[in-house]
Amino acid sequence: MAKNKNAGHKGSYGYQKLKEREPRACIRFKCALTNTILDILRRRPGWVEVKEEGEWDFYWCDVSWLRENFDHTYMDEHVRICHFRNHYELTRKNYIVKNLKRFRKQIEREAGKLEATKCDFFPKTFEMPSEYHLFVEEFRKNPGITWIMKPVARSQGRGIFLFRKLKDVIDWRKDGVRTDDQKDETQVENYVAQCYIENPYLIGGRKFDLRVYVLVMSYIPLKAWLYRDGFARFSNTRFTLSSIDDHYVHLTNVAVQKTAPDYDPEKGCKWMIQRFRQYLTAKHGAEVVETLFAEMDNIFIKSLQSVQKVIISDKHCFELYGYDILIDQDLKPWLLEVNASPSLTASSQEDYELKCHLLKDTLHIVDMEGRLTGKEKRIGGFDLMWNDGPVSRAEGNVDTPENGSFMANTHLGYNNDRKKQLKQLFKPLHTQQKV
Amino acid sequence: MMLEQDTGLSLAIAQIVQRLKGSSLHSQLERQARGSLHKPEIKLESLKEDIKEFLKTSGWEKRLQNAVYSELNVFPSPCHPAAPPEHIKEPLVYMRKAQGSWEKRILKSLNSMCTELSIPLARKRPIGEQKELLNKWNEMGTDEPDLTLFRPVYAPKDFLEVLMNLRNPNYENGDQPSFRNHLGLIQVPLKVKDIPELKDYFSELGLNTGQLGIDDSTQVPPELFENEHVRVGQTVLTEQDSAAAQQYVRQGCPTALRAELWALILNISNQPEDILYYEQLKSSVIQHDLLVDSLIYKDVKLTASNDDYYFVFEDYLYQVLLCFSRDTSVLEHFSYNSATPPKSYIRGKLGMEEYAVFYPPNGVIPFHGFSMYVAPLCFLYHEPSKLYQIFREMYVRFFFRLHSISSHPSGIVSLCLLFETLLQTHLPQLFYHLREIGAQPLRISFKWMVRAFSGYLATDQLLLLWDRILGYNSLEILAVLAAAVFAFRAVNLMEVTSLAAAEAVLADLSTLKVMPLLQIFLFATVT
Repeated sequence: MAKNKNAGHKGSYGYQKLKEREPRACIRFKCALTNTILDILRRRPGWVEVKEEGEWDFYWCDVSWLRENFDHTYMDEHVRICHFRNHYELTRKNYIVKNLKRFRKQIEREAGKLEATKCDFFPKTFEMPSEYHLFVEEFRKNPGITWIMKPVARSQGRGIFLFRKLKDVIDWRKDGVRTDDQKDETQVENYVAQCYIENPYLIGGRKFDLRVYVLVMSYIPLKAWLYRDGFARFSNTRFTLSSIDDHYVHLTNVAVQKTAPDYDPEKGCKWMIQRFRQYLTAKHGAEVVETLFAEMDNIFIKSLQSVQKVIISDKHCFELYGYDILIDQDLKPWLLEVNASPSLTASSQEDYELKCHLLKDTLHIVDMEGRLTGKEKRIGGFDLMWNDGPVSRAEGNVDTPENGSFMANTHLGYNNDRKKQLKQLFKPLHTQQKV
Repeated sequence: MMLEQDTGLSLAIAQIVQRLKGSSLHSQLERQARGSLHKPEIKLESLKEDIKEFLKTSGWEKRLQNAVYSELNVFPSPCHPAAPPEHIKEPLVYMRKAQGSWEKRILKSLNSMCTELSIPLARKRPIGEQKELLNKWNEMGTDEPDLTLFRPVYAPKDFLEVLMNLRNPNYENGDQPSFRNHLGLIQVPLKVKDIPELKDYFSELGLNTGQLGIDDSTQVPPELFENEHVRVGQTVLTEQDSAAAQQYVRQGCPTALRAELWALILNISNQPEDILYYEQLKSSVIQHDLLVDSLIYKDVKLTASNDDYYFVFEDYLYQVLLCFSRDTSVLEHFSYNSATPPKSYIRGKLGMEEYAVFYPPNGVIPFHGFSMYVAPLCFLYHEPSKLYQIFREMYVRFFFRLHSISSHPSGIVSLCLLFETLLQTHLPQLFYHLREIGAQPLRISFKWMVRAFSGYLATDQLLLLWDRILGYNSLEILAVLAAAVFAFRAVNLMEVTSLAAAEAVLADLSTLKVMPLLQIFLFATVT
């Protein structure tokens, strides 16, 4: 293990791959988490867990390890790690805003105003304290709308509050009171003020958001996979704007729901995304739903493109992102945030199975075993969404979006018959290897 | 022969005319006819033909057709002009008697709960409470009344015990129960279809006919079946033809068209008077509190709220079920339901008919799991008054048969017998094995059938199943599916050695695909 590499070259794909990456006798892994991912790694045939200081071929690390060690860890060609060095360009709320704004300007210059509107999926956001004055200007232009103040780095709904009056912000600044577990924080925490979406789409009077999984294997070139399963997370209480202080209504994160007084862990306030898709189809018709899901595809791709040039695309890295999407009453999807470490703890049996399958398929795509050709468009529940360009469902290489009949190779909310697909996928490859 | 048929037909026509007379459709038709007199194409010499022609081209004849079709589907054909009303409810005396005693038991249970808790059957709400309820109408689920003292009036397994003890006093089965006799729990000689008859009856489910639930899976190119089927569905909806819709849904409804197709089959059009009627029901909920309301609350909290998919619709369930209890139009269905609505008497006037009221006002006492009849409909209908009407119609056409004792082919008794007969005939080894270990199959499948599989199957599968219930206007498919599930899990079931283990094998049906199971059982098994 030696020094850092900052790879900017394209990874080589194609038949050479089989020779280059010989199937290893055993794959040594390390895992920083103790939930579903550990189960999956332990059960994978030919994978062996290594102890503290041992050498490893694969590390499911946490972001703090990455921050401290990535830069001075040498990794052989074949080694894989589950985060990109500077993923926070995508996942921290202030950075993604910056990157998206810059990307939008670029598109406006290159392709015009109309094309740039395709980037308008992120609610207006201002960094605090640096953009405080810009925020005040915007605030004054739209009196009466609700804003949400979020800390940039914390997750699971901590430290968030809603407000409608500037007075609330001023008070908050003056107090310097940050909620709960804050005493040891030495740095001044950055916040963002974001326009709160007041007209969310409601089902049964309840607000919900969607959790979708996107796997990025490389940024340069951009290769991203979309998982067919996901879920809608419901708030336990009915939506109303009158109770801004009710944290529990407005934040649908399961983590916050779990602390709500009437949370019933047996209940599991989640719908699989297939059920959600069917519900919408029954209510609005297939076409409308197709449009909505196509707009979500757009969110995934544009957000990744916006950070493509800043993220260090090390070929050892891959990352499984959890996208949080909110749908409003006009059926427009909004990007709430991107998580580099989506929760892998299961909240129910069904949830456990979803996460098991998700992680298994992730490992199939990472392909430490060297079984794949690199030409696959579907692996298990993942569909190849972007491969240095849009990927179409059609067989063969007709991948032009100009073509009127282009259908994106995404199947979010579709039937996930992954077992069957994996069987078909690995059988011929297995026999090929034997030869 | 011909004469009997003719009298039967004219009797049917007379009855339908009688029922449609005075309906809002009737007055609308009259109004339309009168309005058409101003039109130039209506000539005095050929008045009758011209008006008929006008009604045809303006779509009113189609609406009348749909109404007639609806009547034919719902009301039983008149058997004999001299048949007494009880005969129409239920022709077999012993069944009527059994239903009567069952009702007495339920009522006793309800009354004792009432006295124990000293809660009146009904009371008028004070104004403050009325206001509060009106404000909370859209989120009644947030209410947490203390329901610990309430218990459901009965559960499906209590009902099963009653059905097991049904005997026809005229039928003497001298043989000792042996392998050649009926070994199941139901011991009454009703006629049920065998597989050849079922194959014929459900012919549209055959292997050579396209089905939603099979031929729309991702591997099958949509040009083969799905696209055309959707196109036909859209045509049916444009034509607004109930009979065509009923035939169409036998092959399944496309998700986007299902809500409208079901409304067309059930002849629900959500007219302003229907919305008004629903609002009136809502105001009677606001004004009066019924004991039955607490039973409904309890049921929703115990069943639908705990379901992974239906918990979201909790509020809708209250809005439908509370209104349903107060809807006296539901009483009409008791003319063809073997059950009789319970009567209650104003305090101190016991036995005096002038002081009798039906309790609850719609005559239906909910049992444990009742709210699951409504929950799947919330996936399709979002406007409370429409959701309400669809549910009410589904109830008076189908669901009531699942908890009343009758000899009707779609009644729960026949369904149980059909299930047991199918299993015994086609999986005798399995049936015998389960019986030997004390796991009578009906003990497990009964709850599925009573709830029409709601809460047991995944919602998309359930809706595909209910498509066929509407398409064939029969509940027999529930029994066939139950048998098909046992056939599917036969290998595992053969290895169990106790009722609990058998229950465990069949505990989770959420991954089952309904249509392939039915097809295999009916059409791909060697008989």
